[in-house]
Amino acid sequence: MTAAPEGEPKVSAGRAIADGLFDVVRPVIQFVDRVGDHVILAVRALAWLPRRPQRIGNYVDALEYIGVGSLGIILLVGLFTGAVIALQAVFAFKPFHLESYAGGTSGKALAVELAPVLTALMLAGRAGSGIATEIGTMRITEQIDALESMAVNPIQFLVLPRLVAGMIMGPVLTLLFFVVSMVGAYIVAVISQGVDQGQFILHVRELVGLRDVLQGLIKAVVFGLLITLIGCYQGYNASGGGRGVGLGTTRAVVIASVMILVSDYLMANVLLRVMATGEGT
Amino acid sequence: MATAPPRGELSAGPTPGAPPVVVDDGTALTAPDPRWHVRVRGLDKRFGDNQVLANVDLDLERGKVNVIIGASGAGKSVLIKHFMCLLRPDRGSIWVDGIDVFALDTRALATFRRKFGLVFQFAALFDSLSVEDNCAFPLREHTKKSRAEIRDIVADRLATLGLAGTQQKFPAELSGGMRKRVGLARALVLEPEILMFDEPTTGLDPLATRNVDEMILSTMERYKVTSVVISHDMASVFRIADRIALLHEKRIQAVGTVDEIRDSTEPYLREFITTSGVAAATARGPGHAGPAVTDGGRP
Repeated sequence: MTAAPEGEPKVSAGRAIADGLFDVVRPVIQFVDRVGDHVILAVRALAWLPRRPQRIGNYVDALEYIGVGSLGIILLVGLFTGAVIALQAVFAFKPFHLESYAGGTSGKALAVELAPVLTALMLAGRAGSGIATEIGTMRITEQIDALESMAVNPIQFLVLPRLVAGMIMGPVLTLLFFVVSMVGAYIVAVISQGVDQGQFILHVRELVGLRDVLQGLIKAVVFGLLITLIGCYQGYNASGGGRGVGLGTTRAVVIASVMILVSDYLMANVLLRVMATGEGT
Repeated sequence: MATAPPRGELSAGPTPGAPPVVVDDGTALTAPDPRWHVRVRGLDKRFGDNQVLANVDLDLERGKVNVIIGASGAGKSVLIKHFMCLLRPDRGSIWVDGIDVFALDTRALATFRRKFGLVFQFAALFDSLSVEDNCAFPLREHTKKSRAEIRDIVADRLATLGLAGTQQKFPAELSGGMRKRVGLARALVLEPEILMFDEPTTGLDPLATRNVDEMILSTMERYKVTSVVISHDMASVFRIADRIALLHEKRIQAVGTVDEIRDSTEPYLREFITTSGVAAATARGPGHAGPAVTDGGRP
C-alpha cells in the first residue's frame, strides 16, 4: 500500500465505501425523486379542481388541442392498424380454416391493448411534446413568472386544464381509434380477403365484450394523465434556453412512451384479474 | 452615500469612503413608514451551491425611482422577485407597508401581489394573446368590470404609452421597445402601488432607451407609484434615478442619491460607472424629473 500523494485529501475507507454505495444507488434515488415530483405536481394541480376561478376557456382550449388536434392522426393510424392486424390474422388462421376468427381476435387485441396503447403513443408524440414545448417556452420567456406576478397560480392556469383534458380525451380518442380500426379490419377481412361477413361479426360479438372495451378505456384515462403530466412537468421545469426546451420536449416523449408501456403491463395484470376478461368473454 | 451594514449595527460598511449609518433594529418595520415603502433585512438566497444573496439590507423610498445597479448575474432580478414573493429566501425578511411578505398565506399573497406591477426584461407577453388581451388579462382575472370598461381602460393605458391602435397586434409583430411598453401597460392596468422594471433598457438602441427612461419617469409622475428599476446601463440610471443601490458580491454595498453615487470614492462603484462609458460628471441630465434627494442614508 502506498501513501496518498502529497496534496490529495485523505479519505477514510469507510467514507470511500459509503460514497461508492451512494453512487450505485444514486440513479434509484433520482428516479424516486422524479416520480415524487410528478406526483406532487399532479396533486397540487388536481387540488385546484374544485376551487375558483374556474377558467372554462382554458379547459376548452386544452380539450381542443389534445382531442380535436389529434383526431386526424389517430383515425388514420387506427384505420391502418385494424387493417394490418386483420390481414395478419387472416393469414395466420388460414392453414386451420379459421379465417372467420380474424375479426374477433383482432377486435380483442385492439380493444384491450392496441387501441389504448397506440392512441397513447400518438398522443405522447403530438400532444405531450406540444405541451412540454409550450409550457417550457413560457417558462424560459418568463411568461410563467408573469402569471405569478399577476397573482395567477400557473399550476391552476396551465397544468390543471391539460391534465383534465388528457384524462377526458384519452378514452374518447381510444374509443374512436377502436371503432375505426374495426372498420379497417372489416374492410380487409371481409371485402379484401373474402371472410364471411356473418361469421366475422359473430366472432367479434363472441370474443369482444363490453368489459374489454372498458378495460381499454380505463387504461386510456391513466395514459392521458401520464402523457399530460409528464409534458407539463418537463415544460414547467425547463431551463437553459431553447436547448433546454428541446431537451424537455424530447424527454417528455421518451419518458411518456416508456411509462405508457410499463403502466400498461402493470394495469393489465390488475385489470385482467379484477375484470375477469382473460377467460374469454 | 451610505453602505449597507449588518443588521442592528453601527457600521462604516465594508468599503472605504463611505460614511457610517445607523440601521434600525427591526421593531419599526412592522408598521407602515411614511418614507420607506419596501424594507429588506438580512436576506439570504442560495440556489444549490450558489449563494446569490447574503445578508442583503435595503430600503426603497416611497414615490421615488429606486434603481438597483450591479453586474450581470449579481442577483438583481433575484432580489426584486423576493419583493412580491415570487421567490422565497433561505433567511431574512421583507416588509412592504409593514406587511411581512413571507408570512402571508396563499390567499393573502394573491391579494398582496396586486400591489405590484412587474415589467419583465423581455416583456414576458403571452405569445398567443393580442396586445389588447395581454393588457386586459389582469383585469379579467381580478375584477368584475364589463368588457367595455376593460376595453376602455386598456385603450387609455396604451394611448398614454403611445401605443394607440396596436390593440389587435400580436407580440411577435412588435419591436422590442413596443413590447416593453405593452408590458408596462399590462402592469399598470390594476393601478399598482409599486412598479418594478427588470432591466428595461437591455437590448434597446440609445433613442429607444431614452424613450423608455421618459416612459418610466412620466409613468411615475402620472400614477404616483414607487418605482424599482434594475439596470446596469449607467446613462439610463443617472437619467431616471432618485436613489441608487449597488448590489455587488451578494450584498448591497452602497446606497445613495444620484449625486452621492456619482461622487463616490468607492473603487468598485467608480470602476462600474466609468467603464460603462458614462463620465461621473455627466450624471443627472436636464431630463431628470424626480425631486433631488439630499440624504442618502436610512432614517
